[in-house]
Amino acid sequence: MLKIADKVFQSRLLLGTGKYPSFEIQKEAVAQSEAEILTFAVRRMNIFEESQPNFLEQLDVSKYTLLPNTAGAKTAEEAVRIAKLAKASGLCDMIKVEVIGCDRSLLPDPVETLKASEMLLEEGFIVLPYTSDDVVLARRLEELGVHAIMPGASPIGSGQGILNPLNLSFIIEQSKVPVIIDAGIGSPADAAQAMELGADGVLLNTAVSAAKDPVKMAVAMKLAIEAGRLGYEAGRIAKKDYAIASSPTEGMITT
Amino acid sequence: MSIKLNGELIELNEEVKNVQQLLAFYQLENRLVIVEHNREIILKDQYESTPIQHGDEIELVHFVGGG
Repeated sequence: MLKIADKVFQSRLLLGTGKYPSFEIQKEAVAQSEAEILTFAVRRMNIFEESQPNFLEQLDVSKYTLLPNTAGAKTAEEAVRIAKLAKASGLCDMIKVEVIGCDRSLLPDPVETLKASEMLLEEGFIVLPYTSDDVVLARRLEELGVHAIMPGASPIGSGQGILNPLNLSFIIEQSKVPVIIDAGIGSPADAAQAMELGADGVLLNTAVSAAKDPVKMAVAMKLAIEAGRLGYEAGRIAKKDYAIASSPTEGMITT
Repeated sequence: MSIKLNGELIELNEEVKNVQQLLAFYQLENRLVIVEHNREIILKDQYESTPIQHGDEIELVHFVGGG
């Protein structure tokens, strides 16, 4: 069970809604993933062109919790503007704070992210900042009162998996709010690893939407996250340098 | 009169005098749309009472796929 602010979720998978090959595949992937939280971006409508179908308008929004992001913002003020527009839809009160500080790596601007989070908390939002894997920054965000910390595994859309598991485990260890590993997940193994580290959830998009078979990958991610969580709760064995036989060493018929 | 709509300078049809009429003109009444008028968010119950004037800046935004 994942609890963010006063909201409770059965699924620990948060799914992005960008870049699927078709709405049909996307709908099926979303359904099969059993994700309850879906992320969206806020953009200008294409009013000067022929009306285009919109995924959200085809979705039964009452079944999902919408998590709009502030992607496109480069300053705290821009992020707050986007967040307010998202909230004005009347469909959501959570916001993924995403303030990009570098176009090439798409890494978040830590100073603006902190500032935006503070401003949005004052406005009464449920605030989930996407952040780098900086341990001290995560602590500073938590001290502000954010409702979850979302450190990246590696750059957005890179599929490189978890580059700094040590930092992530430090963040997980110190945090009293949920830690959701966001960005950079490439494969089910990465998602399982995040959960085995003790993360409360995983947010991913491209790993599913750009997979050869997004629907099948959605299922794989769901299972990996469940498996990783179970493994974490079960408690893995300690690593040892040498072999220790699993079979009894007494009563061998070869001696 | 001309206004800036979604970043583009446009000449507005004379019948369009408020936000409600603007949405109707672009056939967006039944779409999921969020309106920002001169940097102020306009909620549904304010559409009709929000006049559009020359030089106004209006953004019509919505949710799209994203991560």
